[in-house]
Amino acid sequence: MTAPKPAPAKAPLPEPVLNRKNGILMADRRWPTDQWAHPWSLPGYRNGALMLAGIILGILGGGALIGELSKWGDKLYALMAAFATAKGISTVAVDAVWVAIKVLIVLHVILVNGLWSIWWERKISAHIQSRVGPTYAGGFHGWAQTICDGIKLFLKEDITPAAADHWVHALAPAIVIAPCIAAFAPVLFGTDLAAARLDVGTLYVFAFAGISVIGVVMAGWASGNKYSLLGGLRAAAQIVSYELPRGFSVVPVIMFAGSLDLSVIADAQSGYWWGVAPRWFVFYPVVGQVAFLIFLIASIAETNRTPFDIPEAESELVGGFHTEYSGMKWSVFFLAEYAYVLLASFLLATFFLGGGGSPLPWAPFTLVPSWIWMLSKAMFMMFVFLWVRWTLPRLRVDQLMDFNWKFLLPWSFANIAVAGLYLAFWLK
Amino acid sequence: MSAYAVVYAFALVGVGFAAVVLIAARVFRPSVPYARKDSTYECGIPAVGSTEVKLNIRFHTFALLFVLFDVEILYVYPWAVTARELGRLALYEMGAFLAIVFLGLAFAWRKGALSWEQ
Repeated sequence: MTAPKPAPAKAPLPEPVLNRKNGILMADRRWPTDQWAHPWSLPGYRNGALMLAGIILGILGGGALIGELSKWGDKLYALMAAFATAKGISTVAVDAVWVAIKVLIVLHVILVNGLWSIWWERKISAHIQSRVGPTYAGGFHGWAQTICDGIKLFLKEDITPAAADHWVHALAPAIVIAPCIAAFAPVLFGTDLAAARLDVGTLYVFAFAGISVIGVVMAGWASGNKYSLLGGLRAAAQIVSYELPRGFSVVPVIMFAGSLDLSVIADAQSGYWWGVAPRWFVFYPVVGQVAFLIFLIASIAETNRTPFDIPEAESELVGGFHTEYSGMKWSVFFLAEYAYVLLASFLLATFFLGGGGSPLPWAPFTLVPSWIWMLSKAMFMMFVFLWVRWTLPRLRVDQLMDFNWKFLLPWSFANIAVAGLYLAFWLK
Repeated sequence: MSAYAVVYAFALVGVGFAAVVLIAARVFRPSVPYARKDSTYECGIPAVGSTEVKLNIRFHTFALLFVLFDVEILYVYPWAVTARELGRLALYEMGAFLAIVFLGLAFAWRKGALSWEQ
């Protein structure tokens, strides 16, 4: 035992460095939450909200521009074919270039969606939790943050644990992302605007999206970590279980539309009841809403997002199946997650919200191109995904399975039965 | 040009994208492995035991149930596509089929195969 030493004399604290950005001291900056009554009275908050609206409109406008350009797609193809015949090049080469253009545009959509939706998720989570979200770092409203994150993840060291099965560990992210990209082939981006028009589009999307679960199990199995193993198995059980109500809930939609082709399903919802109400499948009494809700819930569960994020429950399993992943491999998992959210949003818009159809039959609405409607509906559904994530608490694993097998699945059966009655007595 | 050419291109680009991204990162990133960094993540303490732990038998039960019901989806989809043309009789037949499938679900439910805890 030694006598306690006298405390060393403390050096005086340095003067706090105040952020003098925009001439406002951070110390006396007023935050929106200080003034719940009138958040709009704060110029920063107001301008931020307006700019956010501007950015969203800008994205929609950009999508519309691409859609507008796609109108000339056939002409561009004809031009290329004419050029090829003039130069004596085989038309197979023209087709190859044409397919490559389509695939690269869709790949671009998937990648930009990663940047955009992560930024949007940060903003929405911040506003739901009464924070401001990305504002100071990363430029205006943090627009560059996700780009910097991407560069950082690209340059990060990849740590493969010694206990891991190296090959399987490295292959797992590839097996998650590759079918995810392939699943986008028949996705509709507007009326008749898809990279490939498949007559089995619905089945194709579900089939390819289902492959990714193998990658998740591989990631959990190969990591050599008990948390990863449990997370991977839970993910498999959950994704696989929720695939059933997800598949059964679109059966009424297929029955009404009479096709698995996404374009035909979207076209079947054109027209208006009594000249006003759009004939979207979500507005078919009872059956439409039940199918929509089951599909939405099952889609959220398929993407392992928060009310259903048992596979990566941080408080129990560290990071779940991606505990042992870092750097680019880890970011590929997240790219796939956000791509699946986008895929589910577009599917919801196609199956239930009328695809590229206008919600009202009058002039200013009908003049808007179909890709703007499609994108708006998909972005709205993506907003619902983020909203649900930051509002609801996580389910326990037994509640999660009970909810699927004892609630969603029986009700999706009942929904098919009621849809059959509609077909027999009403729609003929 | 068949639409399936585009599908093959998508599959190819999907695999190619994964390969390019994962291999390209290898060129740029640092690699300084050492034993402690490569150890299994366990909140700072050395990992106890191996990953060959006993797993809940429920995972297998649900996998089996999934296979059963997923096959039923494949039976329902072709009927759903042609439900209008086939008319009433096929509708009743599908009703009977789904009733039998639902009986199977009810049986599994009754036997306790659907509950996580027992």
